Amino acid sequence: MRDVAVVGFAQRQMPQFDGSPTCVELLVPVFKELYEQTGWTRKDVGFWCSGSSDYLAGRSFSFVQAVDAIGVIPPVNESHVEMDLAWAMYEAWIKIQTGEVDTALVYAFGKSSAGVLRRTLALQLEPYTMTPLWPDTVSLAGLQARAGIDAGLWDERAMAEVANRSLTDAEKNDHAIRKGGSSVEELLARPMYADPLRKHDCSPVTDGVAALVLAAGDKARDVRERPAWLTGISHSIDPMGMGVRDLARSPSAQRAGAALDLGGVEVAELHAPFSHQELILRTELGLGDDVVINPSGGALASNPMFSGGGIRVGEAAQRIWSGDADKTLAHATSGPALQQNLVCTLEASTEGERI
Amino acid sequence: MSRTLSAPVTVAFDYTRSTGPVVGRFLSGLRDGVVVGGRTSTGQVVVPPLEFDPVTHEATTEFVEVSPVGTVTSWTWVPEPVKDQPFDRPFAFALVTLDGADAPLLHALDVSSPAEVTTGMRVRVRWAAERVGHINDIACFEPLAPGEAEAAAPAASSEEPVTGVVTKVSLDYQYAASPEESLFYRGLNEGRIMGQRCPTCQKVYVPPRSACPSDGTPTVEEVELSQTGTITTFCIVNVPFLGQKITPPYVSAYVLLDGADIAVLHLILGVPADEVRMGMRVKAVWKPKDEWAYSLENIDHFAPTGDPDADYDTYKHHL
Repeated sequence: MRDVAVVGFAQRQMPQFDGSPTCVELLVPVFKELYEQTGWTRKDVGFWCSGSSDYLAGRSFSFVQAVDAIGVIPPVNESHVEMDLAWAMYEAWIKIQTGEVDTALVYAFGKSSAGVLRRTLALQLEPYTMTPLWPDTVSLAGLQARAGIDAGLWDERAMAEVANRSLTDAEKNDHAIRKGGSSVEELLARPMYADPLRKHDCSPVTDGVAALVLAAGDKARDVRERPAWLTGISHSIDPMGMGVRDLARSPSAQRAGAALDLGGVEVAELHAPFSHQELILRTELGLGDDVVINPSGGALASNPMFSGGGIRVGEAAQRIWSGDADKTLAHATSGPALQQNLVCTLEASTEGERI
Repeated sequence: MSRTLSAPVTVAFDYTRSTGPVVGRFLSGLRDGVVVGGRTSTGQVVVPPLEFDPVTHEATTEFVEVSPVGTVTSWTWVPEPVKDQPFDRPFAFALVTLDGADAPLLHALDVSSPAEVTTGMRVRVRWAAERVGHINDIACFEPLAPGEAEAAAPAASSEEPVTGVVTKVSLDYQYAASPEESLFYRGLNEGRIMGQRCPTCQKVYVPPRSACPSDGTPTVEEVELSQTGTITTFCIVNVPFLGQKITPPYVSAYVLLDGADIAVLHLILGVPADEVRMGMRVKAVWKPKDEWAYSLENIDHFAPTGDPDADYDTYKHHL
């Protein structure tokens, strides 16, 4: 296996983007920021991969138009996934493993505010017996939260503790669109929304873009003194039928985590769009109390569709670059109620066990 | 004036799907007023039946009729229903394990407040007045009072198995143009054709884009283009299609406006179709001003100027 590191990260997040569904206006400055971080030009990028979906804002072929932000003369080696940035990164990681390229820039964009996000996402469900009922994302998360509460795995207080810690930590994150913790008591005193969820248990609808830069071996060392080496990466998916798995669990997250060496992880950035999902993930990944969870504020503070998972990778990589940590974990999710999960470890040293 | 133009748009499509033997069996059952589950390799009865076993991946072949009465295993309140959900006023979504089944079915539960729902409560299927072989043949679940029996379903309407299902999908958006596209459409609303020049390669794009696709540089310098140009390539449309506004044959052509580096696609009129040619000089013919909107359709068509054809060399790089 080749040693591959995350060496660049940039993001833009906002409640409502006043611009086109292609988000080219946001991608251009994000790419510029990454050229500055790496000292590269676009010609130094061996592979490009983006994550987005036309359903989000109703613009057909928006991912093709977004390529304008790259500039494609001479032509570029480019791909797309209808998935989160973290899976675009996975494709780029494989591309680098093939030896065909040494560097990659992966990006994602989404203007969730153009439609009704929680409704649009019903299109990712089983199309015969689920989509026609339009079960929205919040409702499906509510069913999951209730399942765990009824099973005694967590309670509303534990959920409020997650929200309070996230919103408090988000005060230090300039990109967060919802921030400001108070107290667990104050959060519990707020009204129910989608019982058993309060609004602060649900991530805010967020527009935005994010991008990561990957590089192999010496190319990575040229960019950063402490590249964030991807020492393990794995992803897995559960069946799409909501009734056939224990909703209070996420077997695919457990499976993705079990494929990696998670010993010594100091910081974990978990992509949990609903407060109780962080509790599920901590259990499934076996993260102890000594692991710092979501110092960025996590997805409860802002969660741009298609970037939200990859932003966790960027945040976890920054902890390595800065020397704050020697080993971090990033997680991304996709689908309803933690159906699909990707986990990776980032380390200051390349000695970590690889899959 | 806002930075960008935007307008509501609805994207709709009726997804027509064949159901296959397993989903078809389930939907045939609903039409006939029975709920059918499938048995998995571990002996569990799952509703709706799974097409393939989650462990062995074998096709499901054993079907079991289960009761229309069951128990709520989880629920959530829906305070602000979205379009096309089973109710347009607040309701609950519930997972209900029907008697005789081992896994729950998702559907709406007709209650008027969260205080009326508890995990473990007994509910029954409320059948839709008209059943066609669709998940909405179950209108919803409703609470079952103690001692109350299940509701008998009216007789089946057909003996034929259900083989297909139509799911109507309609998505509403507030659709925004980019700032550069907004410049273009605002120009058209004033009878002007606006482009932008790339500061790196000097190419002029019409409509302008958020970044030069060659260089990735934002295009900022605004350029008003000539209303006269050259046909670089064209096709004669002979085939009728749904939504066609003009009677064939007619000509669609790429028109390279003088001063632009990319052609715009438009209609050519005022000349027999078989006389249209590459290099022909044409000019924009606008609709009456009172019909203008933020649209390229403000230009009704392009018509020949009568000038001599342009030299091939003047447009060969734009083909």
